[in-house]
Amino acid sequence: MADTPIPLQVRNIKKRFGDTEVLKGLSLEAHQGDVITLIGASGSGKSTFLRCMNLLEQPDEGELIVHGEAIRFKETKHGREPADWKQVVRMRARLSMVFQNFNLWAHMTLLENIIEAPVHVLGKPRQEAIAHARELLERVGLTERADAYPAQMSGGQQQRGAIARALAMDPEVMLFDEPTSALDPELVGDVLKVMRDLADEGRTMILVTHEMAFARDVSSQVIYLHQGVIEEAGPPEAVFGTPRSERLKQFLAPKH
Amino acid sequence: MEALLARLEALLADNSIFTLQTLSYYGEGLVTTVQLVFLSLVIGLVMAVPLAIGRGSRHRWISLPIFLYCYVFRGTPLLVQLYLIYYGVVFVEGIQDTWLWLILEKPFVPALIAFTLNTAAYTTEIFRGAIKATPRGEIEAARAYGMSRGLMLRRIVLPSAFRRALPAYGNEVIFMLHASAIASVVTIMDLTGAARFVYARYYAPFDAFLFVAAIYLCLTFAILYFFRWLERRLLAHLKPAGG
Repeated sequence: MADTPIPLQVRNIKKRFGDTEVLKGLSLEAHQGDVITLIGASGSGKSTFLRCMNLLEQPDEGELIVHGEAIRFKETKHGREPADWKQVVRMRARLSMVFQNFNLWAHMTLLENIIEAPVHVLGKPRQEAIAHARELLERVGLTERADAYPAQMSGGQQQRGAIARALAMDPEVMLFDEPTSALDPELVGDVLKVMRDLADEGRTMILVTHEMAFARDVSSQVIYLHQGVIEEAGPPEAVFGTPRSERLKQFLAPKH
Repeated sequence: MEALLARLEALLADNSIFTLQTLSYYGEGLVTTVQLVFLSLVIGLVMAVPLAIGRGSRHRWISLPIFLYCYVFRGTPLLVQLYLIYYGVVFVEGIQDTWLWLILEKPFVPALIAFTLNTAAYTTEIFRGAIKATPRGEIEAARAYGMSRGLMLRRIVLPSAFRRALPAYGNEVIFMLHASAIASVVTIMDLTGAARFVYARYYAPFDAFLFVAAIYLCLTFAILYFFRWLERRLLAHLKPAGG
């Protein structure tokens, strides 16, 4: 293991929106097979932090090291930007993201959605991509829906399809941004089951979620964010079982 | 063919206006109208795609000229634009000595230019609206999956925008067909030009213009059905489950 580079290292990320500093120097290290869960109240910065990891948001400060390769930045008049977009494209291909609102491409069928990036970004042969996509569809239980358009699928199906799309990239790290928050309660279970299987097979995952029971079950590490600061972090038993900070205790306390 | 012509001649025997001769005027007019409209739409479409992309550019020196172009061509009557181009080119210094004059001298090319510039301006605005309406999440997903700006435009933004633009663009095509009638004022023998000729010759306004109106109606329905067919094929993805 020692000679394979660490999939993702994030150091001292800071991010400001106007005058408000939403991330105040956050660091994280995802090793092979880690499942890191970010929890916290809304506005704590957990989604922004996740989105900084694949540069959907540009961090104002901090380092990002993907597979041992540090992303280079340059200062411009609009703020800090990546110096080499080719490098960003390369690193994004190693991290794939699953969004809260699925964000499947509406004009493509599910199968086309899944093979799109492998074929056009990674340059994988089309037939190979299709074969891989069919395997993935079977894994997420959507074999029948290969030719359906996103608008014809339920939210749960769309999200499982989006997970298949993420897997098709053979990503080193999967980023999940509140993957079940937009789903009807009865559809959440199917999506969590797929994610649990991924965790069990040793996928490296970083997720933002409000599903505390799930986080407790599958995480190797839980990070509690409060106002852009890591307030508490550790294995799930410690964070959920014996929280030290008052805020975390309050956050975890039953609401009713 | 011979037999068909004979049948037609027999059919028209009692008719003093719609002789084979006048019908051939309408026939040539139809060809001219279709050529004029089709060519201006195709060239206008090809122009509109880059213009619509440039219209949304962050650089003002790209977006501003395109905005002005669209504003002027959508803000003035097509007939005025046609007059300006048709009568205006004559006054361009020295143009009559160049080869350009050979094509600009006849009304077809000036009309084609006017129609093309006009439809390109409208189409640019239609596409721009459609591009702007691309769901943010889809663009974000494209970025997150490592697409470059060009690839994203080609694979995600434009295919999705074209589909969204289809109903509005279908209207633009019909509008252009009808607007092409004004080509006849610069002596082009298009459909309306043929109708005017027949009217002037026989002094039969109803026969001449109702007949041409019927032809326009048929063309309009053909366009309508073509776009409906395209929409059924290309907009299938917008239909909810079970549709």
